[in-house]
Amino acid sequence: MIMIFGIPGPLLFGQLLLGLINGAFYAMLSLGLAVIFGMLNIINFAHGALFMMGAFVSWMLLNYIGIGYFPSLILAPILVGIFGIFLERTIISRLYKLDHLYGLLLTFGLSLVIEGLFRNGYGSSGMPYRIPAMLQGATDLGFMFMPNYRGWVVLAAAVVCLATWAIIEKTSLGATLRAATENAPLVQAFGVNVPRLITLTYGGGVALAAFAGVLAAPIYSVNPNMGSNFINTVFAVVVIGGMGSILGSIVTGFGLGVIEGLTKVFYPQASATVVFVVMVIVLLTRPRGLFGKAA
Amino acid sequence: MFGFSRPQTIAFLAMLALIIVCPYVLYPVFLMRVLCAALFACAFNLMIGYVGLLSFGHAAFFGMGGYVAAWTMKTWHVDASIAIILGGLTGGLLGLCLGFLAIRRSGIYFAMITLALAQMVYFFCLEAPFTGGEDGIQQVPRGWLFGFIDLSNDMTMYWVVAAVFVGGFLTIHRIIHSPFGQVLKGIRENEPRATSLGYRTDDYKLIAFVLSTALTGIAGGTKALVFGIATLTDVHSSTSGEIVLTTLLGGLGTVFGPALGAVVMTSMENYLAQFGAWVTVTQGAIFMICVLAFRRGIIGEIGHFLKLRL
Repeated sequence: MIMIFGIPGPLLFGQLLLGLINGAFYAMLSLGLAVIFGMLNIINFAHGALFMMGAFVSWMLLNYIGIGYFPSLILAPILVGIFGIFLERTIISRLYKLDHLYGLLLTFGLSLVIEGLFRNGYGSSGMPYRIPAMLQGATDLGFMFMPNYRGWVVLAAAVVCLATWAIIEKTSLGATLRAATENAPLVQAFGVNVPRLITLTYGGGVALAAFAGVLAAPIYSVNPNMGSNFINTVFAVVVIGGMGSILGSIVTGFGLGVIEGLTKVFYPQASATVVFVVMVIVLLTRPRGLFGKAA
Repeated sequence: MFGFSRPQTIAFLAMLALIIVCPYVLYPVFLMRVLCAALFACAFNLMIGYVGLLSFGHAAFFGMGGYVAAWTMKTWHVDASIAIILGGLTGGLLGLCLGFLAIRRSGIYFAMITLALAQMVYFFCLEAPFTGGEDGIQQVPRGWLFGFIDLSNDMTMYWVVAAVFVGGFLTIHRIIHSPFGQVLKGIRENEPRATSLGYRTDDYKLIAFVLSTALTGIAGGTKALVFGIATLTDVHSSTSGEIVLTTLLGGLGTVFGPALGAVVMTSMENYLAQFGAWVTVTQGAIFMICVLAFRRGIIGEIGHFLKLRL
């Protein structure tokens, strides 16, 4: 057995993989938060609840209609995204002229309602979601056994994150989006329908959270609290990364996941708090966040 | 001396009268829960209402104050007054450490940082041996106040809690109407200007935060004594959210709003408890309605209607 720093290799790599998986969820969630914040100037506190909804919708699709994992990987984000668009049009858009804190409070209330409704309907014990047959089993990588599904999660998350980055940084739609983030009235003067762009951005960010939820369904059991367990850490990730850059959110998300995984190997007691400790260090040295722009 | 205007004096006397009459009509233990929540909300309001900073982590100070009061009471058998004061000191000290970090940012970042730091405190309480983890600290004796007042009687305890609340309430009112409080409001309205006038705004914000968290710790310590228990619920982020709602419902930045909000919220929790998760749904819905339709809160709307500052 290979030993690294006195730690058995498979244990180290196993925790690294777990860290990467957590990091994948941090990255997808903080990416969505950053995109929404850039456009709407609202911190979407309902992000965790919508992540949970993604998992629930895929569970419902499977158990009520018999739609399997792969179609629901596309269908669930679309459905939750439409729900998000509905929310943005009916409720959230009323707050744009007010202090940002009201948006935070509103979405916080929204998350309480969504989570409470699901808890009423399905209890809080959680329901299992089977790993699709194609992704069951494990692969021998030489230095460790990797469960196929976990590898798939990391891969899918990385692809989706990079695709989001490419859309925002490399396409003309993304260019319009970035311009509107900088100066919405001017972009509107050029004939771009900015309110629609805002709505689509919210829908997109929400769909990203739902996609993460579907990926998470087979790993964690599908339960109403799965979002709130994650989201507090994700806020710390957002503070660490700063919300200025898309790539920054992705790197910070994955990076912190890995740090958390490594902490589990070397000092397990601190694994739950290490992200917050990093946040404290960042606040002391770079209050704007690692990738944040000056306000 | 406390800077009450005439209508505020009348409202204050009405509140005092209610505090005195209610225990003869309603269940004192329930009223004590209301008073602790009211002090907590008033302390929280000091930050959001007068400094304009939304803390999403006040449960950390409330819960830690409770833990320390319960622990010292149970292990060292200290006097009840000492336990409550220690609770307040814990809240203040913790507030000094976390506030030092959090005031580096403002607006939504301040909310997220306080939320994350409070989450760290929660994990600490979950792991640390002295808190008893999932079980919490149970069967804490109420003990004696000043060595000769037996607190095991509910009515005696009620008067102590009422005194703590009124004391805290007046302290907060005094703070707001002091020159220090005026500077805080100046910072809330226009921070760059306050800076240019030579005020060290960060120091002011930090002092306000410490005062707020110390009073929160006192509220937490008092609650732990009343119920003889300190648990993880009080440090959990849901408690932080609840206190935001309480204050918002009563009226941000009003004098009597947080206390009224605490009455409404605690009654709701008490009477809706049988409906399980519907409590969360109701709270969330009230949250949304408050934000969308009446941002001034109950007292704020009444004050607006009567053209008074309550």
